[in-house]
Amino acid sequence: MPLSFIVAWMPGSRNRVLPRPPHLPARATDFRSLLAGVVSIAWGATGASLAHADRLAGATLAQQGGGGAPACMTCHGATGEGQAAAGFPRLAGQGQAYLLKQLQAFADGTRKNPQMAPIARSLSAAQMRDAADYYASLPGWKQAGAPHTPSAQYTQGLKIVTEGDWSKEMPACFACHGIAGEGVPPHFPALAGQPTAYTQTQLSAWRAAQRTNDPLGLMQAVAEKMSDAEIAAVSRYLENPSRAGKEK
Amino acid sequence: MSFRTWYKSQKQTRKFHPGWIVIAVGGVLVVAGIIAIPATLVAETAPPPAAAASPPAASGHGKAPGAAMPKVIEQTPGPARLRNAKTIQVDFSPPPDEAMPTDEFGKAVRLGKDIFTDTQTYARQYVGNKLNCVNCHLGAGRKADSAPLWAAYGMFPAYRDKNKHVNTYEERLAGCFRFSMNGKAPAPDSKEMVALVSYSYWLAKGAPLGVELKGRGYPQLAEPSQKPDAVRGKQVFEANCALCHGVDGQGTEMSGRYVFPPLWGKNSFNGGAGMSKVKNAAAFVHANMPLGKGNSLSEQEAWDVAQYLDSKPRPPDPRKGKSS
Ligand code: HEC
Ligand code: HEC
Ligand code: HEC
Ligand code: HEC
Repeated sequence: MPLSFIVAWMPGSRNRVLPRPPHLPARATDFRSLLAGVVSIAWGATGASLAHADRLAGATLAQQGGGGAPACMTCHGATGEGQAAAGFPRLAGQGQAYLLKQLQAFADGTRKNPQMAPIARSLSAAQMRDAADYYASLPGWKQAGAPHTPSAQYTQGLKIVTEGDWSKEMPACFACHGIAGEGVPPHFPALAGQPTAYTQTQLSAWRAAQRTNDPLGLMQAVAEKMSDAEIAAVSRYLENPSRAGKEK
Repeated sequence: MSFRTWYKSQKQTRKFHPGWIVIAVGGVLVVAGIIAIPATLVAETAPPPAAAASPPAASGHGKAPGAAMPKVIEQTPGPARLRNAKTIQVDFSPPPDEAMPTDEFGKAVRLGKDIFTDTQTYARQYVGNKLNCVNCHLGAGRKADSAPLWAAYGMFPAYRDKNKHVNTYEERLAGCFRFSMNGKAPAPDSKEMVALVSYSYWLAKGAPLGVELKGRGYPQLAEPSQKPDAVRGKQVFEANCALCHGVDGQGTEMSGRYVFPPLWGKNSFNGGAGMSKVKNAAAFVHANMPLGKGNSLSEQEAWDVAQYLDSKPRPPDPRKGKSS
């Protein structure tokens, strides 16, 4: 639909309120009602493309930065896949509401991080939404390459992630984060494919009560029951989770 | 006066210190205690006839204390444990999954675990709602205080008020199929039933028979100070439960499986289920919900939210044919 593209590229279009398309005319032979029909379709298409426009704006922000914010991709990777070595998190395919909440949390100080805080503070509310829309629309993690070679640490990680340890009242990670760690929007983020170092920092931060922005303190209640070895095992497992070792 | 002078005179002779009397009497009492307490326990092992004292949904056994195992521990009579205040319960932990046998029996145990954790797949034809056994018996039937299988297995056969006769373990499982799962029970000799019994038996391996194990059932709460109230319960629900179970209580489904199970409506347990009793629901919720934060609600909050759940529609009790 060419019209919709033109409208989509119009500056400021994404800030517009979604119009309510008027009813299509009963008799389309009437020229005026035909015109009204065309206009209403155009409006409808505009509405549909607003979301698209948000994503495009998000993509621009991710690749080039804007309004004082650096390009997100320098840290979060060209396709939002994160940077395993540096421990920068994967954003691609993460839930929109979750991403937005975290950007707001960095900006208002309820989540602390010296790298993200100044960046989040430099973003406008619209830019935050654009970035969240964009990264949420990218494909999520898919198993790639060889799964882990089963080791004692792998088995420990798999067990905690799928079954938890009820002897210390610790539920399975996947009881909240989705059956394969794919996340349960809007509140529970995807964990699968997240760099080991990132998951490890977050779990340690919760355990030390340095990250405290989780609803009902649910995540902290889990992390505070974990030992260093358990944190290491789940973090490593979650970078490339596979069920290969699961007993049938 | 006279005692004190006697005491002093004895002390001054330096031949006999009266403190020895205290030590001797104390010693005799300790020895007597060591002999007498287990003896009384053995005498009391027969279940008391007061079966009606336990809730109808629970087994018909009274809380019979036992002394068969070495790890006997005294139960602290905390408020959450009033029902058991006078019993002595035995500690037990089930074997780890890694110890599951790999022979033919092991296969049945494994199938039992699969049925228990994924009833929707492995016992589909017996289930009439969207629940899995594990939704109310957490940690694959292992978690203490969520009616774990290892604590149930050795307590049957038992008389149950619910159906007024002595129930085998199979019949107890059948009850949860019929009411909690709103379905129909597999036959006692069916593959599914044999597997579930095998899994329970294996989890209970090494536990004493007919002895109340610590962590059995849901720890019953004391009567609430204020009458349970659905309006207050709604607030508790929206603040602590809706995040996972949804404001509409219908749970959250992801690719065909419920991550967070439905609490009422056609996909949940029916009006005859143990969980449809406010008392049981309050006990379950207090000990186990919000997930991972058991015992974080106040007892009053648990009663209120249970009352709220009870105020919602669910499939009728199949014995009555009308909604309750
Ligand atoms: C200088 C490197 C850097 C840049 C540039 C950067 N980030 Fe980040 N970002 C991080 C780090 C490091 C974290 C992890 C923070 C932590 O450990 O708490 C993070 C975390 C996040 C999170 C939270 C992810 C989660 O799973 O909780 C979001 C959302 C995010 N960044 C969005 C952005 C956006 C949008 C941009 C571009 C406007 C951006 N970031 C640019 C380094 C960066
Ligand atoms: C009771 C539910 C629950 C359980 C069980 C749970 N989590 Fe979480 N987790 C949460 C919630 C809620 C959040 C989102 C916190 C927020 O909104 O900031 C979260 C966030 C996280 C994050 C941050 C993700 C990111 O992108 O920043 C990590 C990492 C994590 N959890 C790991 C785990 C691991 C590992 C386990 C198992 C050991 C686990 N969780 C078990 C509820 C849970
Ligand atoms: C909706 C929740 C729910 C579901 C689902 C459920 N149960 Fe139950 N179950 C209960 C309640 C409530 C009790 C009674 C606990 C008590 O009295 O303390 C119970 C009791 C039991 C007991 C006896 C426990 C004891 O110590 O006496 C067994 C065994 C049992 N269930 C097995 C199963 C099996 C097998 C399934 C799946 C087919 C299942 N349950 C599904 C709620 C449920
Ligand atoms: C972090 C998410 C989470 C929160 C918050 C939570 N639940 Fe649950 N709830 C679960 C999960 C998951 C199960 C199933 C447990 C399993 O399968 O291991 C469950 C099971 C239940 C069940 C038994 C199954 C059924 O469908 O009836 C009841 C009743 C229940 N929850 C009530 C509550 C109440 C009341 C609250 C608030 C006080 C609450 N839950 C808060 C996740 C949650």
